Formats: sequence, structure tokens, C-alpha cells
Amino acid sequence: MTGPPPPLAPDAGEPTSAPLLRVQDLRTYFHVRGAVARAVDGVSFDIRPGETVGMVGESGCGKSVTALSLLRLVDPPGRIEPGSSIEFEGRNLLTLDEEGIRQLRGNRIAMVFQEPMTALNPVFTIGDQVAEVARVHARASRRAAWDRAVEMLNLVGIPDPRERAKSYPHQLSGGMRQRVLIAMALVMNPSLLIADEPTTALDVTIQAQILELLAELQQRLGLAVLLITHDLGVVAEVTSRVLVMYGGQIVERAPVRELFRNPRHPYTRGLLEAMPRMGRQRERLTVIPGTVPPPTRWPSGCRFRDRCAWAWQRCADEHPPEYFVTEQHNARCHLVDEPARDVAPAALGGAR
Amino acid sequence: MPNATPVSMALDGAPVPAGSVSPGRIASFLRRDPAFAAAAITLFVVAVAGILAPVLAPYDPAQLIDASARAQPPSAEHWLGTDPLNRDLLSRILYGARISLGISLVAVTLATIVGTAWGAAAGYAGGWVDALLMRIVDAGLAIPRILLLLSVVAFWGRLTIPAIVLLLGMTGWFAASRLARDSVRATREQDFVLAARATGASPARVLVRHILPHAMTPMLVAATLGVGQVIVVEAGLSFLGYGVAPPAATWGGLIRDGREVIATAWWMSVFPGLALAITVLAINVLGDRLRAAMGGTQVPAP
Repeated sequence: MTGPPPPLAPDAGEPTSAPLLRVQDLRTYFHVRGAVARAVDGVSFDIRPGETVGMVGESGCGKSVTALSLLRLVDPPGRIEPGSSIEFEGRNLLTLDEEGIRQLRGNRIAMVFQEPMTALNPVFTIGDQVAEVARVHARASRRAAWDRAVEMLNLVGIPDPRERAKSYPHQLSGGMRQRVLIAMALVMNPSLLIADEPTTALDVTIQAQILELLAELQQRLGLAVLLITHDLGVVAEVTSRVLVMYGGQIVERAPVRELFRNPRHPYTRGLLEAMPRMGRQRERLTVIPGTVPPPTRWPSGCRFRDRCAWAWQRCADEHPPEYFVTEQHNARCHLVDEPARDVAPAALGGAR
Repeated sequence: MPNATPVSMALDGAPVPAGSVSPGRIASFLRRDPAFAAAAITLFVVAVAGILAPVLAPYDPAQLIDASARAQPPSAEHWLGTDPLNRDLLSRILYGARISLGISLVAVTLATIVGTAWGAAAGYAGGWVDALLMRIVDAGLAIPRILLLLSVVAFWGRLTIPAIVLLLGMTGWFAASRLARDSVRATREQDFVLAARATGASPARVLVRHILPHAMTPMLVAATLGVGQVIVVEAGLSFLGYGVAPPAATWGGLIRDGREVIATAWWMSVFPGLALAITVLAINVLGDRLRAAMGGTQVPAP
């Protein structure tokens, strides 16, 4: 592979201490037949330039809706509620007009989706689809856009890119298609890449290759990455900070090592217990009992209490705020406030 | 569209890039499905007959050959006989193919274009735009087509061929628009459409480049079947006496001409009727096979 390609359009990307992305009290609700599904319900976080942040949680916790909200791709009946704020490179994305947000999509903020098998249009060649991004944003000529596409395919490690560019998606493997999607995302040298479960649909060996590629490109291009996954193993490998989501909210956030060493939210602990680890082959994996409640009916108080072995009366009465454990580590759990209760749940006699 | 290579469909529904169709494959395809082969050959023959009518027709279809000898039965001279004005029936059927097929093809093309534009707008916009546009379509579908046609014809009297085409086209797009709307809505939900929106493509670009090529597949099937349907509707209109002005005649008009003398000159109704039935049957077989071949592609194969 050669060095990073020069950007098509000159961009001002001076690294500063200011966050690249600042999300404050993001609430995305779906209004269906009188009911309100609060899929994302008060999410706040920052991403600094060049940083990789992991967002973890199980299906239905609001990760993907958060990702789509950042690009304002949530369709009715979904709606980003007033009072939410998404600031990116100093601009409020929620007050931009449709044309303004369109110019950011794929240009400054790019996205890679979960399903490489279906995220490419089956009737166009891959080169054509990568080139389209340059045609849309840089108004590049057909020729220049195609050359750029070949260059990008080369960058993401597709062998013989000049020939491969003429292939149709169905002629490529899943891993290769995911590389194509990454190439499409990076055509315009974005400053933020949102990767929504980029490795979930792939074989384990291919997963590792794609993660390696993402990490390498992130280093080389100075990208900030929001990596959304349900797989803590993936998070451990490539991210510096982790946001754990449950019930449409961030329930714990910490630097990755801190999170693995000292998880404070019972949900995070459950996720870690449910992860297979070397040297523990004989042990049975622990599962978190129950399922995520529907977003139309979050329980009062703590949203995890129905599934939590530690839960007591306060958890039903009081919605936990984000308690700080350290300056960089906080958790939405009353246990942080009352550490005396934080003993092995067996000792509590399964008290609810 | 750059590099939008046409995709042909193999029997199993998998897209095959154009150019990989060899004569051998066509031959084996025809052997495997003789009904389709017969339909394809029939339509080819009818189309050629229509296009080359001036060359193929043994007589001028409007010429009165011999006013004394009327309505001759089929003979070596006049293969399909003659009509009461002693015009050669074979020649009139050949010219009729030209008018019947021509009217139908243009009318269906018109209906498909209007219906696709209307339905795609409704399906892509969604919300109240969708509701409004589709209620108009519902209203159109609620009125029987032949009633709509007859009321217009009764109002204006004899129509020229372009007027008939326009009339058939503008009364035939309701079903097409509903189909277009549904397939646009289905395609809109595909991952690659969301992915295209995420790259910053404009709504127009997303619709034209990413949605319509997929939504057009069922439209093509419907249009094929529509051609057969419009031939029949036009024949019905002609049979009722509201078709193309004489001396030009469509198949429906020829059947009408033979109506009163069916007891003495059976050939006058039977041969145009056969031409009509065989052609429409062939079109329906073709549309049916097309539907089967593209069955899986309303939702594009991964």
C-alpha cells in the first residue's frame, strides 16, 4: 500500500483540544399510534479528533438509532426531539438545513454499515459506487472520480484494484465488500467515521483483518472513529474509551482498561461475564437474565432493575444519575453512591 | 448512468451480466420451456408481420378488388377470404396487427411512464403526499375503464389514432402507479439506499439511481401483461364501433365487420379473432415467464 491519498477537497482539520463531536441530551423518539418509543433518551458524549470511541450494548439499546441520528438519517415516525444538540466541528447539526447536512454526510462524517452483503447496490460496479461519492461531493469528473475510486480500493487493501473496480458486489466476498464500504466512507477524507457493527456479519478471521484495517486507517488518516458493537472483544482491541448503552441511555463510560478492570454498572459486569475468555474454557458463561424492555415502556427508576441481581427499593423509586467513579469514569447506578451494597449478589440472597 | 451495465436474468433469477448469453444457452432455454419458445416465436412473427405489412400484404387492404364478387371464402387467391366489400382479409389482418400492436405498445409505454412518475413520487415522499396521490389513484381505479373510455368517446365521437393512444394511456396508469409506489417503498427500505443517503446523495439521485432501477423490474412484467390487456380493450372499443376510423381497421374492427354475416362468412370474424387470441395468449405467457424469472428480484438478491 502507498501513502495516504491527498484529499480531493482542501479541508481545515487543525487538531485542537476542542471536541470534534459534542452530543448533548440527544433524544430520538418514535411516535407510533399514540405510543412513544424512546429509542435514544438523553445521550451525551464527546469525541475528540483522532480518537476511537466504542459504543457497546445489546440489540435494541439505541446504538444504531444514535448513529443514524448523528447523520440525521432517522426517518419518520422517528424524530430527534427539541432540546437535543449535536455539535460537529463547531456547527449545530440539528439547525442545519437539509442541503447543509447532506453536504456533511459522506464528506466530513461517513458511515459504514453492518451488512456488507446488502449495503452495496447490486446493479452497479464497486468502482462506480466508490466514485459516486467523489462525484457527489467534489463534483469530480467521471475520470477523476474513477481514478480516486481505484486509489481508495488500493488503500483498503483490495488486490488488483484497477481490475477489481469493475466487479459487481455479488462477485466479492463479505470481507472484500466491507473493505469497499470502508473505501466509500473514506473517499472524502472525513474527520469522523461512524462504524455500525462493521464486523458482525463477518467470519472471525475476517473480523480481525477488518479491525486491523480500521485501526491502521484511523492512525494514518487521523480519523476519529465511533465504533458501535455488541462485542466487548472488538472494543478491547481498538478503542480508547467505551460508552455502554442500555435502555436508550449511556449507563457507564470509562477508558477501556478501566472499564475491563473495574466495571461498576451491573449491566457492564454482565456483559463482561458473558464474554468467553482464555483460561476459563471449563467455566459456563453467565447470561444476563431477561431481555431489554420495549422502548415504549421503560421501567420507572433504573431501566435495568428488572434484570439486576443487586436491585433494591431505591432502584425503583429513583432514576440513577451518572455517578462519577473517577474523573473519566461514571456509571448510572446507585451502587456507586452506596458502595456498602456492592457485594456479591449471592450474599444478598437474591433480594429484589 | 455511468457504468450501469444492463443485467439480464438467468432462469434461476441470478443476475447475469449482459454479454454472457450465447446461442447455445438460448437454444437450451427454448428446449426447456416450449411454451415460452412458442410464445416468443409467435410474438416475433406477429411483430414482423405488423412492421412489414406493406411488403407482405398481397393486396391493398383498402382496395375494392371486384365490386361484383363479395365476401369470398378462403381460396388460393385470397388465403383468408375477403370481406363484403371484397377486400383481402389477410392483408387487412396484417395491417391490423400493425395498428393494434402499435396502439397498445405506445399506450402502455405512456401509462408506464405516467404511472411510474406518479407512484414513485408518492412512494418516495411518503406522508400526506403519498396519501393524497394514492387516493386519486383509488378514485381512478374505482371507475370501470371501459365506462371511462366510452364516456369520453361518446363525448368526442370518432377518434384519431393518436387520440385513442392517449385515451388508452391515460386511463391505464392507475394500476401501474400503485405498483410503482409499492416497489419504491419496498426498495427504499433496502440497506444500500440508506448507505447511499449516508454518502450525501441527494433525494433525486437516490431515487433515480438507487431506487428506480430496482423498482422497474416488476413494472416491466406489468407492462408486458398490460400490452395484451390493452389490445383486448382496444378491440372491445372497436367492436363497439368507437375505434379507429375506416378504412383502417384493427382486429377488433375486423371482428365487428364480420359480426352480421357470421352465419354466411365465418372467416371474417374467426381469423381476426384467432390472430387476437393467439397474440394476447403469447404476450401473457411471455409476461408470466418474465415474472417467474424476475420473481426474486423485487427484493434484489444479495
